[in-house]
Amino acid sequence: MSEQATVLPMGAFVDDSAARAEFLAVKRRLLWRKRLLPLAAVLALLLIWWQSIEIFGIRPFIAPSPVAVGEVLVSRFDVLMENLLPTSIEAVLGFLLGNFAGIAIATAFVYSRTMEEAFFPIAVMINTIPVVAKAPILVLLLGNGMAPKIAIAALVCFFPTLVNMTRGLRDVSNEHVELMHILSATPREVFLKLRVYNALPYLFSALKIAASTAVIGAIVGEWIGSTTGIGALIISATYNFDSPLLYATIVVGSTFAALFFGVITMIERRVLKWHVTRQP
Amino acid sequence: MTMDSAVVSAPAPPSPVAEGKAVADEAIAFNDVTVRFTTERGTVTALEKIAFSIKRGSFLTLLGPSGCGKSTLLRVIADLIQPSAGSATVLGVRPQAARKNRDIGFVFQDAALLPWRTALQNVALPLEIGGGRAPRGPRSPAELLELVGLGGWEQAYPHELSGGMRQRVAIARALVSGPKLLLMDEPFGALDEITRDRLNEELLHIWASTGTTIVFVTHSIYEAAFMAQEVLLLAARPGRVRELVRVGLPTPRKIALRETAEFVALAAHLRRVLESC
Repeated sequence: MSEQATVLPMGAFVDDSAARAEFLAVKRRLLWRKRLLPLAAVLALLLIWWQSIEIFGIRPFIAPSPVAVGEVLVSRFDVLMENLLPTSIEAVLGFLLGNFAGIAIATAFVYSRTMEEAFFPIAVMINTIPVVAKAPILVLLLGNGMAPKIAIAALVCFFPTLVNMTRGLRDVSNEHVELMHILSATPREVFLKLRVYNALPYLFSALKIAASTAVIGAIVGEWIGSTTGIGALIISATYNFDSPLLYATIVVGSTFAALFFGVITMIERRVLKWHVTRQP
Repeated sequence: MTMDSAVVSAPAPPSPVAEGKAVADEAIAFNDVTVRFTTERGTVTALEKIAFSIKRGSFLTLLGPSGCGKSTLLRVIADLIQPSAGSATVLGVRPQAARKNRDIGFVFQDAALLPWRTALQNVALPLEIGGGRAPRGPRSPAELLELVGLGGWEQAYPHELSGGMRQRVAIARALVSGPKLLLMDEPFGALDEITRDRLNEELLHIWASTGTTIVFVTHSIYEAAFMAQEVLLLAARPGRVRELVRVGLPTPRKIALRETAEFVALAAHLRRVLESC
């Protein structure tokens, strides 16, 4: 907008480089503040953690010092990455599968009220079963490979996407529907030109939730009878009282989830350029 | 703030009567149209035996207190609501046929632009509906944005535009398929008075330069009197026709017209009729 303002008959913008520079400097300062403050808080907490371990002489198998965790992160990096690989594949495939199913069924719901009324309560019931209870059922059904973990990750992604997508496809404004009617649009045109776009902001808030829950789903799946993966490593480290490895594994798992979330956020920013609530 | 005085060069207004005679004479004819809504609390009569007709090329304003069914009447014309009794004829055919011919343009109170489309894409929307077989008006989307004073804003998204600018985009969108009838539901109701005055003048220019029949809903007596060739006064509960006032004020009109004795007398008459409702 700003480069347009100079050529357009807006009249309200005057080129005042000094004021503009100051405005931008203030904005930059606020941005850095927003970035540095959480970083400082994390460092402070790590310091408190480290010092408490030292001062109170807490033994390493109860809680490791952050230094020990850092050492494990470096020395056993290869082991950690080896175990992250299957978990990340399961999480990403489960994410794709679960969201695809959620979007497809939401579309079916919007086209057919009967479908929604018949199947939505079932979806709610499945969602009320906790992940830890779903996991053994799926392991029994799908064996011990990656399949049950992908299925669990997909299941935890599925529900938020189904609910949000259905709402987004349905919650179109009355006036937009009237506009489409006046234009004699076919149901297909109403869907592709109105409902799909209307649902995108809803979909992305579900995808952001799903990005982190898919990783949790895959990890929980690995708790039951698995030999590789972040989940399996968590279990074995716990049983071996190897708390530095346990903590390092958790750090790797959550870093991956955060990166996954970041990727979805980046895609959202590109796709939802037009969205009002988008933060620059 | 963002409003610039978009001066639209317009030829002299066409003589509505001469143009209308060529085809069927009437743009809209209502024959005892009644609309009832049934809700949990009972049946409400929104419109009762509405009968009136206007010629092609006319500018009709619908004026009345809230609850008089102005918007309902407009929606009957646009085939958004079906009459419970009686019949409506739009451009010589049933409202549904007129809608399917894409002869109707509609401007909503709050613009109703699609937020994911730029101004230009919003204006072009009607051309994309109907599998590419949609009728094209004499002006392209870009020309229409120019006509409504938004040249240079093609790539702006609705949230980057002011309320008045969004309403201009909505008007351009309604005109893009060259409708014979333009329906406007309190299009400037949410705008400040200065912007509203300016858009009133500009809309009269557009009306004059396109020759489109316009039906314009408002609850402002001054707006109704200033814009209209004819004012249809409605009474509330149930909505019924009070009077159809023909406005003899000269065209083209400027805002200063509102200070003339004739205008003041007309506004006073409209107010008296409304008060007696």
